[in-house]
Amino acid sequence: MTYSKLASASAIVLAATTLSTKANAEDLTLCWAAWDPANALVELSKEFEAESGHTMNFEFVPWPNFADRMLNELNSGGKLCDLLIGDSQWIGGGAENGHYVQLNDFFDAESISMDDFAPATVYAYSTWPKGTPNYYALPAMGDANGWFYRKDWFENPEIQAAYKEATGQDLREPQSQKELLQIAQFFQGREIDGKTVYGAAIFTERGSEGITMGVTGALYPWGFKYENTPGSYDMEGAVNSPEAVEALEFYKEFYKTATPPGYTNSYMGESLDAFKSGQVAMAMNWFAFFPGLYADPNTGGDKIDFFVNPPQNQAGSTLGGQGISVVSYSDKQDAALEYIKWFAQPEVQAKWWELGGYSAHNSVLEDPGFVDSQPFAGDFLEAMAGVQDFWQEPAYAELLLAMQKRIHDYVVADQGTAQEALDLLIEDWTETFEDEGKL
Amino acid sequence: MSDRTVDRVAQATPVRVARKIRGLSDRAIAWIFISPTIFLLLAINIFPLIWTIKLSFTNYKANRIAREVKDVGFRNYERILTDSDTWLNMQATAHFLFWTIFFQVLIGFTLAWLINKKFKGNDLWTTIIVLPMMLSPAVVGNFWKFLYQPQIGLFNYIVSWFSGKDPSSFEMLGSVTLAPWAIVIVDTWMWTPFVMLICLAGLRSIPDYIYEAAEIDRASKLRQFFTITIPMVLPFLMLAVLFRGIENFKMFDLVVQLTGGGPGSVTELTSINLKREAFEKWRTGYASAYAIILFVTVFGLASIYVKALNKVKQR
Repeated sequence: MTYSKLASASAIVLAATTLSTKANAEDLTLCWAAWDPANALVELSKEFEAESGHTMNFEFVPWPNFADRMLNELNSGGKLCDLLIGDSQWIGGGAENGHYVQLNDFFDAESISMDDFAPATVYAYSTWPKGTPNYYALPAMGDANGWFYRKDWFENPEIQAAYKEATGQDLREPQSQKELLQIAQFFQGREIDGKTVYGAAIFTERGSEGITMGVTGALYPWGFKYENTPGSYDMEGAVNSPEAVEALEFYKEFYKTATPPGYTNSYMGESLDAFKSGQVAMAMNWFAFFPGLYADPNTGGDKIDFFVNPPQNQAGSTLGGQGISVVSYSDKQDAALEYIKWFAQPEVQAKWWELGGYSAHNSVLEDPGFVDSQPFAGDFLEAMAGVQDFWQEPAYAELLLAMQKRIHDYVVADQGTAQEALDLLIEDWTETFEDEGKL
Repeated sequence: MSDRTVDRVAQATPVRVARKIRGLSDRAIAWIFISPTIFLLLAINIFPLIWTIKLSFTNYKANRIAREVKDVGFRNYERILTDSDTWLNMQATAHFLFWTIFFQVLIGFTLAWLINKKFKGNDLWTTIIVLPMMLSPAVVGNFWKFLYQPQIGLFNYIVSWFSGKDPSSFEMLGSVTLAPWAIVIVDTWMWTPFVMLICLAGLRSIPDYIYEAAEIDRASKLRQFFTITIPMVLPFLMLAVLFRGIENFKMFDLVVQLTGGGPGSVTELTSINLKREAFEKWRTGYASAYAIILFVTVFGLASIYVKALNKVKQR
């Protein structure tokens, strides 16, 4: 009798709990780009669903259309996304146009400290105006542009001997941008295993952000700066400095002499295809893809290795990665904030890294076992220490498209000189900042 | 019979309604019938046009609703018309427009002329020829991108087979000189069947007795072609040119899929540039001015052309 009463009471409590959970359960939609880490996030979020009772839906858009699709959604005040893992450059627009919810009060209330995350990621993914303690996102996915190469080719004695004979140097992971080019040129058009291979796959895409993300991989190591004084928008002498001109000429030479034929409009997908099909000795791409590349049965494992974007005058890598924000037009902001609270936990961040996402949490990055946890983990840390990002202004799209045009015109379409391309870029950017009332 | 039907309908009309209608003039009834159409026309065409004109004199940005909208006068127009990039886009569009129409008319008319000859399998060939225009431009753009691929593309291999050149020695989509022709080739491949169908309709509308009379008069085939076929098909041809001209002035999807406007900006047609300004850079005021300039250009050219077409028809 006592047992049956206890069982009945337990059943009632259980039912009540279930019902109350169901009553508060929300259908949340998280929007992001369609790529490998997104699949890892789906897997990770199952735990959140189990813990919270909320249901997670995902809207993943392929990279070339991601900005277009999501910015249109935000600009129209759409309610599709409750949570958005938006590109780092959107933070200015997201904050100033009221698309993102400011998270300071929430962080304070939930004791989420930004000091727990890598400073570079907090600065790039979360703050607006830059560097101020106004947070509009939680660092979700650290990323930078890095390199990977055919380790089996680099270790092949015949190829090593041929390289030594051609250059007088040992074939190794490049230690500078110029060495990178030299190696790429060595492989260009070479016969390996009866197949013609090429130097490297770099970014040349015209439509979205490709060539800008690629060329900044050369510009930053040469010492390129957007402004002479940060926040002053004085670009003359910075954007078109002799170092910047040299870097741009370098990138063009790289494109002309060390990339596969027809590589005129290529970005992430093309880079991965070129490498996986055994066409190129090296390729640039975002660290986010490295777990998948390492796991590839044909070109991964022992055949691949990774290196950080080589320095030239200084170390410098192009920043990728994103923060996770709550969309201000969402009717389910409480549930969305719950997700962010859950995601910020160190144990969830550890699992995130384990599944293939790039955590920016210090507990993960500073773990003694982190560097050896993946073959690219050390490179990732090194890259994140020297990252630079594109303008994060509300008018970033205008600024980006101007750069896409000027760089593609010079590098791919052979129009004008590097100096002219950068001078014209300053003109375009000046016009934009004048329109914005910042000049 | 029809009178009786009218009577029956009149008798079936409820007295109240009939009384009301009797009180309306013919003009009023006509207005009642056309007013929904006029309303739709105003709402969908005229209002947006007026609104666009208004926006074209401002610095409005659709993604920055909170920003103060300022009247900038003719500044947007001045910027567009003095920007050398605008004229490069116009040149790219003119090149695309002229050569696509030229090849489509030439090949389309030739195909129509051949198909018009009665031969075995005529219908099958017609079906095969019109297949490209039934495909989606996005699909066509994508598969031609593969055909143009320098290493594996069939197009490059065919050219190399005829020319003896290495297939990967030239890039149809990556070369500044070849890319404008690459998009012309694809559009011609896709839309020549459309011109062919219109020409075929024209050719089939020529009565046989005209040719029979010409035969009796001992006119040569060449003479018949130039004095009967061409003049009678000309209005159809001109109509095809008008359709293709307007369509290609707006060309967007196919070229975006093929080249994205590149290399550099050599295939950046005006519509691609307009889309970038309006929905990527979100310079709504500037893009509105750009749209008005394009509208006036197309409208002006089309008006002149339609006048010419009417003259040809009256001949």
